[in-house]
Amino acid sequence: MSIPADVIRLPARESRFLAIRRIRFGEYPVIPILILAVIAFLAVFANQLAPHDPEVGILSARFHPPFWQAGGSTEYLLGTDQLGRDVLSRLIFGARISMVVGFTAVIFAGFVGTVLGIVSGYLGGWVDQLVMRLTDTWLALPALTFAIFLAAIVGPSMWNIVIILGAVYWTRYARVIRGEVLSLKEREFVRLAIVAGCSKWTIMRRHILPNVVNTAIVLGTLMLGVVIVAEASLSFLGVGVPPPEPAWGLMLADGKEGLMVGYWWLTVFPGGCIMLMVLAANLLGDWLRVKLDPQLRQL
Amino acid sequence: MTAAPLLELDNLSTHYVSAQGTRVIRAVDEVSLRVNAGETLGIVGESGSGKSTLALTLLRVLPPAARIVGGRMMFEGEDLVTKSDAEMQEIRGKRIAMILQDPMASLNPLFTIGNQVAEPIRVHEGVSRSTAWRRARELLKAVRIPSPETRVRQYPHEMSGGMRQRIVGAIGISCEPRLLIADEPTTSLDLTIQAQYLNLLRDLQREHGLALIFITHNLGIVAKMCDQLAVMYAGRVIEAGPVSRIFNAPAHPYTMALLNSIPRMGDPDQRLTAIEGQPPNLAALPPGCSFAPRCPQVMPRCRDAAPPAFTPEEGRIARCWLAEPVAAGTDLRVASGAA
Repeated sequence: MSIPADVIRLPARESRFLAIRRIRFGEYPVIPILILAVIAFLAVFANQLAPHDPEVGILSARFHPPFWQAGGSTEYLLGTDQLGRDVLSRLIFGARISMVVGFTAVIFAGFVGTVLGIVSGYLGGWVDQLVMRLTDTWLALPALTFAIFLAAIVGPSMWNIVIILGAVYWTRYARVIRGEVLSLKEREFVRLAIVAGCSKWTIMRRHILPNVVNTAIVLGTLMLGVVIVAEASLSFLGVGVPPPEPAWGLMLADGKEGLMVGYWWLTVFPGGCIMLMVLAANLLGDWLRVKLDPQLRQL
Repeated sequence: MTAAPLLELDNLSTHYVSAQGTRVIRAVDEVSLRVNAGETLGIVGESGSGKSTLALTLLRVLPPAARIVGGRMMFEGEDLVTKSDAEMQEIRGKRIAMILQDPMASLNPLFTIGNQVAEPIRVHEGVSRSTAWRRARELLKAVRIPSPETRVRQYPHEMSGGMRQRIVGAIGISCEPRLLIADEPTTSLDLTIQAQYLNLLRDLQREHGLALIFITHNLGIVAKMCDQLAVMYAGRVIEAGPVSRIFNAPAHPYTMALLNSIPRMGDPDQRLTAIEGQPPNLAALPPGCSFAPRCPQVMPRCRDAAPPAFTPEEGRIARCWLAEPVAAGTDLRVASGAA
């Protein structure tokens, strides 16, 4: 009856140091968080950090290259544009616009989409039909074209862009949240709340909403990248943030003529910023999705 | 039989109707029952016999396809069938509470125990948060949860199955209902915990004087817990009356067969007796008695006409031609014997 000793093998104990190290550098996506933190820092302290006024240029100082190229100076670290405005200062203030538009639009879309998704999924019937047919219609329209159309109607301004992006992207949330609610509402604890005499609104607020917040957060992080690109695209096309303001997409649009004659810094820097921020948002979203999804299924 | 019963069902019928209205499933059909205050009514029957639909009908929380098509539900002198949805919401959890089939999954994983026990109290009585929480702690004590002070702040996953079950029981009695409906509350528990829980329910019932409707398919639990018994078959109550008298002298062949299928201890040679055949399709019931195709004592007239509810003795009913008052019954047997 004795079991050979080599059959039972306990896993080797990890040293405390290793365990801590793994949590620090493996558990959290350090790079995306770092990128977003730097951009957020720039956005918050733009006034203190930017060396020049982002909207006023000196025409005599047009098309200065970055400081390491011949003709560049440390006065304008990343060069100047066609109106003599400092590219670095514009990038720093641009971070503020991208951050504000990105986050508020995602929150706005998330709020509308989550509320409609919960109501649609829980109440069912004609409410569900109405919301879902609306969602189908919305999703059938190409998002960017639809956004351009709306922007052309309400006119360009930063807050209009927020509302437009919210209005375009709420459907993504509504779809996913509704699906989640359909399975939640069959769970026993929801039934118990029903037989305990809770009203539909109480159940939606107290029992359904807290159970879909995780999903909404993951979705929001993944949508952040989409929304930032959408804002940059609208600005690039001239229906987004209006010109004197330093939006990254606008800088790309202004710099595109210069690209052919060698003024590469006007497009590469804002383009790189957009890419970095979207990359960071997507990496963070992917990590959150993996992190939160299995737990959701276990609950 | 002097005071009016707490709950009196009179010819209550709930049918499931398909979307086109072509298929009708008589899940609950002409059910008449009464429950007195402080009494326990056991409802037994096979899966699909309409027990759970009956429970859902009592609280008017039926799925969209189901309709109450007739009858009355008199609860404390008011007819629940005619109540508005808002009025029913007031009654649910406050005057009639329910413990669900799977209490293990009945707790929301995201909220503390205290929050969930306090919820019906806050919904129905509009008391302050602190008062509701104090009541929640008392309730946990009442259902014998050790150290309720710390337990109220814990989450469902920190509790054992038996504890979660008792917490669901605490939620059930939180607003001191007059009637508690327990729909197979012990199916997911092992036997020792089951026995503890049943004792607890009985004690709670005695202390609070509440009436209990106990839905189960375990006749042992019925014998232990219930005063009255109703046996359901194919949506109908085919026999009802005091537990002891039904157990001693069942009037309906289905009840007899059910009682015979309980294994007895101490007889190794005994074979389990099963009831032949399958429960009927509720969408296409036979014209006569729905048990006739499986009945060992079937008579020709059983296949032609469904028996009405006879009264074999005071306080009992049986839907079987065998229970027909003696004079008519003998005639029939003579006639069929001569044929």
